[in-house]
Amino acid sequence: MEKDFPIFQVMDQNGNIVSAEYKDLVTEERVKQFYSEMVRIRTLDRKSVSLQRQGRIGTYAPFEGQEASQVGTALALENEDWMFPTYRDHGAAMVFGHSLRNILLFWNGRNEGCVPPEGKKIFPPAIPIATQIPHAAGAAFAEKQRGTKNAAICYFGDGATSEGDFHEGLNFASVFHSPVVYFCQNNQYAISVPISKQMNSATIAQKALAYDIPGVRIDGNDVFAVFVETEKALERARNGEGPTLIEAMTWRYGSHTTADDASKYRDQSESAMKRMETDPLLRLEHWMKNEGIYDEAWVKEIAEHAAAEIDAAVQEMESFPPADPAVIFDYVFEKPTWTIEKQKREYLEFLGGEA
Amino acid sequence: MKTAVQTKTLTLVQAITDGLDTMLGESKHVILLGEDIGKNGGVFRATDGLQEKYGEDRVIDTPLSEAGFVGAAIGMAVNGFRPVVEIQFLGFIYPAYEQIMTHASRLRMRTMGHFTVPMVIRAPYGAGVRAPEIHCDSTESLFTHMPGMKVVCPSNAYDAKGLMIAAIEDPDPVLFLEPMRSYRSSRDEVPEGKYTVEIGKGKKLTEGDDVTVIAWGAMIPVAMKAAEVMKQKGVDCEVLDLRTLYPIDKDLVIESVQKTGRTVILHEAHATGGTGSDLISLINDEAFLYQKAPAERVTGYDTPVPYFGFEDHYLPTPKRVAAAIEKVMKF
Repeated sequence: MEKDFPIFQVMDQNGNIVSAEYKDLVTEERVKQFYSEMVRIRTLDRKSVSLQRQGRIGTYAPFEGQEASQVGTALALENEDWMFPTYRDHGAAMVFGHSLRNILLFWNGRNEGCVPPEGKKIFPPAIPIATQIPHAAGAAFAEKQRGTKNAAICYFGDGATSEGDFHEGLNFASVFHSPVVYFCQNNQYAISVPISKQMNSATIAQKALAYDIPGVRIDGNDVFAVFVETEKALERARNGEGPTLIEAMTWRYGSHTTADDASKYRDQSESAMKRMETDPLLRLEHWMKNEGIYDEAWVKEIAEHAAAEIDAAVQEMESFPPADPAVIFDYVFEKPTWTIEKQKREYLEFLGGEA
Repeated sequence: MKTAVQTKTLTLVQAITDGLDTMLGESKHVILLGEDIGKNGGVFRATDGLQEKYGEDRVIDTPLSEAGFVGAAIGMAVNGFRPVVEIQFLGFIYPAYEQIMTHASRLRMRTMGHFTVPMVIRAPYGAGVRAPEIHCDSTESLFTHMPGMKVVCPSNAYDAKGLMIAAIEDPDPVLFLEPMRSYRSSRDEVPEGKYTVEIGKGKKLTEGDDVTVIAWGAMIPVAMKAAEVMKQKGVDCEVLDLRTLYPIDKDLVIESVQKTGRTVILHEAHATGGTGSDLISLINDEAFLYQKAPAERVTGYDTPVPYFGFEDHYLPTPKRVAAAIEKVMKF
C-alpha cells in the first residue's frame, strides 16, 4: 500500500526541489511568506506552552513540528471557505485570519475564544475526536446546495480515523459529493498510542479507496507539498468532484498536551532527531541558503515581529474583562428558558450584584 | 366577515406530514434527511410523497449512519439550512447522542451565539405496538437533561402539526418525539396551511378540582380513560397535556396543582430521573403548602423496556393510574 500511496514532496529536507513540475512555484516571495507564517505560529505555540507553565492559561495542546501542514493548508483556502479545526490546529486558524487574542482566550477557558472574526467561517475547535468530520460534510454540502464555489477543510489526526464519525463523515461526503478536503495530520501518535497500534492499515490515504475518493499521501513537513495538494483538492471540490482525503506525514515534537509527558510513552531523543531531519522551518532555511538568499537579519526581524505580535495578543488576552457570569446563562438558547432565567437571577442575587 | 379556516381530518402521522409539507413549501432552507424517508416515505410514512413533490435534493435518503447524518445536519444548520432529520425509532438515536450532546445542543453557547443549530430531530418513541426490542424506548429524559435542547411531544394531530411548524421555526435544536402508538389511533380536524403551537406551553384537557393528572404523548389516552373511570366514582380530574417536556409549562402545572392540591404524574419512561421527578421538584418549589397528598408517579419501571411479550406489564395502564388517583384522594 505504501507503494500505491507514495509520499509526495516538492522540496526535500535539504531544501532541494524534488518535483521539477513545481519548480516555478517555489519563489523567494513564497518561501518567505510560508516561512514567516510558520515562524508566527511556532512563536504562538512556544509562548502558549510557556504561559501554561506559568499558570497564565489552561491546559494547552502544542503543535510544534506540524507548522507546514497548518500553514500550507490555510494559505490554500479562499476567504469564503470553511475551516473545521481540532484543538491542535489553531496555527491554521491563525493563518486563516482568526483573532490571536481569541485563540488565547480559548486556551484560557473563555467562550469568547470560539468567536471568529466577522465573516470568517472558522468552527470552534473540535474537542471530541472526529466529530467535526460529519459537520464539514454537512456545511460543505450546504454550499453545494446553494450553488456556490465555496469549500471546506476539515482537520483531524491519525487517531481520529479509528472513530465511527470518520467513516460516517467520509461516507456521507462521498455519497453527496460534498466539496470538502479531509486533511489528516498523521503525527503518528494519538496521545500515547503509536499508529501501529491504532490501525492495521499501512497508510491512512488508502482508506480513501473505500469511499472511491482521491487519497493522497504527502510529506506534511513540506509546506509546498501541503499547499499544492490542498489547492488541487480544493479545486476538485469547487468543480463538483467531491471530497479528497489527504494524509500528511508529520510529527509533534512535544507532548499531546501540557498535561502529559511524552517521554513516558516514547523516546523523546527520537523527537529531537526528527527535528534535525524534518523540521519544516529548517527546510526552508536550507532552500534559502542553497539559493544564497538566506538573510540572517531578515530572519531575526521576522522572529522579533512575530514575538511582538504574540506579546501584544497575550496582553490583550490578559487585560480582557473578567468572566461575566451572565455569559453562561445567556447563550444556551436564543431566548433563555424560565429555568435558566431563574437560575441566573438566583445566582446573580447570591453574588450580591458583585458579579 | 371572517373567512372560516379550512380544515381536514388527519391522523397524527398525517398531520406531521402536513406540517413538513407546509414548511418545505414555505422555505427552500427546510430540508429533510433520514433513512428511507424518500421513495419509501419513511418507515411510518411520515414523509410520504414529499420526495416526489420536493425532489431528492430536499428530501434526502441518507446512508445508515445516525451520527453521520445528524452531524452533517449540524453542519447544514450552521450553514443556513433548517434540517429536519428523522431517526427511525428513538431507540436508534444513541449513535447520534454524542453529536447532539457535544455539538447540536451547545454550539450556540460555545460560540456565544455566533454559530447556531436550528434543527429538528424527529423520533417515534414508546411501546405498546408490539414492535421488536429497542424499537420501544421512551428515553426523553436523556434529552431534557441536556442543556440547549428543547423536547416536545404531541398527543394529537392538531398539536403535532402546530408543534412541528414551531419546531422548524425555532432558532434552537428541538427533539420532536412522536408517539407511534397514537400515529393512527384517532383523527382530528387540522387547519390547512400554517399555524403554530407554542413550544413550552401545555394544555388543559379537562377541568377538575380534585386531582391534577399530568401526561403527554401516548399516555394521554391512558390518562383520559383513568379520569373517565374516576369521574364515575365522583373524582374530578384535571388532565394536563404537557406537550413540551423542556421547558415545562410551569404556570399551567402550578396553577392546577395549587387548585387541586393532589397530583398524579404519568409517563412510560423509567421512573428514576424521569420528567416526573422534574415535575415533583417544580411542585415542591412552587406549590408545597398547597399539597394535600404527596404527588404520585405512575411510570415505566427502572428496567429496560421489555420484549413486547411483557410490554403490557411495563406500560402504565388506566387501572394503575386510577389506583394512584385513589391513593392521593385517600391520603
